[in-house]
Amino acid sequence: MYPENYKYTKEHEWVSVEGETGTIGITHHAQSELGDIVYVDLPKIGSTVSQHQTFGSVESVKAVSDIYSPVSGEVVAINDSLSGAPEKLNADPHGEAWLIRVKLSNAAELSGEGMMSAAEYAQYVGA
Amino acid sequence: MSENQSLKATPLNAVHRQLGARMVDFGGWDMPVQYRGILEEHKAVRTAVGVFDVSHMGEIVVRGPGALDLVNLVATNDAARLKAGQVHYSGLLYEHGGFVDDILVHKVADDEYFLCVNASNQDKDYEHIVAHNRFAATVENAGARYAQIAVQGPMALAVCQKLTRSELSPIRYYWFEDGVFAGVEARMARTGYTGEDGFELYVKPSEAVTVWEAVLEAGAEFGILPCGLGARNTLRLEAKMALYGHEIDATISPLEADLAWMVKLDKGDFIGKEALLKQRAEGLKRKLVGFEMRGRGIGRDGYEVNVNGQPAGWVTSGGPAPTLGKNIGLCYLPVDLAVPGTRIEVVIRGVGVEAETVTTPFYKRAK
Repeated sequence: MYPENYKYTKEHEWVSVEGETGTIGITHHAQSELGDIVYVDLPKIGSTVSQHQTFGSVESVKAVSDIYSPVSGEVVAINDSLSGAPEKLNADPHGEAWLIRVKLSNAAELSGEGMMSAAEYAQYVGA
Repeated sequence: MSENQSLKATPLNAVHRQLGARMVDFGGWDMPVQYRGILEEHKAVRTAVGVFDVSHMGEIVVRGPGALDLVNLVATNDAARLKAGQVHYSGLLYEHGGFVDDILVHKVADDEYFLCVNASNQDKDYEHIVAHNRFAATVENAGARYAQIAVQGPMALAVCQKLTRSELSPIRYYWFEDGVFAGVEARMARTGYTGEDGFELYVKPSEAVTVWEAVLEAGAEFGILPCGLGARNTLRLEAKMALYGHEIDATISPLEADLAWMVKLDKGDFIGKEALLKQRAEGLKRKLVGFEMRGRGIGRDGYEVNVNGQPAGWVTSGGPAPTLGKNIGLCYLPVDLAVPGTRIEVVIRGVGVEAETVTTPFYKRAK
């Protein structure tokens, strides 16, 4: 269920790192708890995000949920396809429905406090 | 998923859990918010049929020779106009004109009225009615005697007809009949809270599971889905039906809530009448109006509404309208702005997002 090479947060986001770039999304557990996702609000390319700070929101039919960044850095890409098809977040939250890519400003955050491995996260959500 | 032991449960609680429902605390009741998903359940009701457990709703029975006088004193609509077997929407008001609750009044007989009231208002309503009972009527707080199951959607009639020998087709919208349904005694009312055709079935709690399972089985050929409170809310919002605590509460009058049609100011005295007459004479200050989002974003319950950059009102209910593919809502605005075509801004996380007031209901079924 949860890819081994991702890191996870208590706020139910994941980050996958290649080189200096981190790809960020919400977890399967998060989309399942939210239900049908109908709207995604993402930051602009070039803006900066900070670890554990909110950078956008995901809305289901019933509710709004803030998204917190697992890492700090500059936004270098956003997943434009989600604005027309937010339901992708229900279907493939760990893959096609990634949210943003950031250029990491502090790679040490990845091994810092509050970051979980796939096994730790699965245990955290009782999966 | 935590289970809160202090929550009240309907007779169908275990059935919901078996069906995999996501349960929430709804006004002190442990209720299903969704089973497979709100959008799918919403669509089932608009295009086929869905079944809802609404056993949390309260029932109050008023009996005796003074029953009509009491109902007509506490409720805004004119119960004298009801025929036996007929239902209407009505309001219980305080003297100051604000809502105690919105209710359905069923006339069972000249000396018996059956009121369906909101779950969390049941005891307050009962006490309010009893406090004004100067007609020696018998008032029963009867919620514990009833479970309620709503079968809603264009195929609801076909599904329900399979389960009763009563002829349902001649029962008109907002009429009811008592009979046998799925082998048990039932009050079968052609009413609902979805904007679709359908029936609300009042049965004994001990027989709720029998009725629920019979409805699901009879509806299988039509693609029936069990539906939760999530879909119930999106369906009622599209149909612009009020929800207590949102469009109406103790601070809001029926005139403000665009519900003047359920107030009969010519019927004689009722609680709140003087306040409404005064409000009408002085002119309303604010009124409920529908809106559609024009900019990106979803206006939701409680968000502020600005007009020309100035605070002007608030959203009472808002969210996606799955049938329409739009983001809609209801809001209170100063009365001169509460007309279709006003450009407004809904303040979403600190930012004003464009929206426009529109005519309502947002959705109306083809007759």
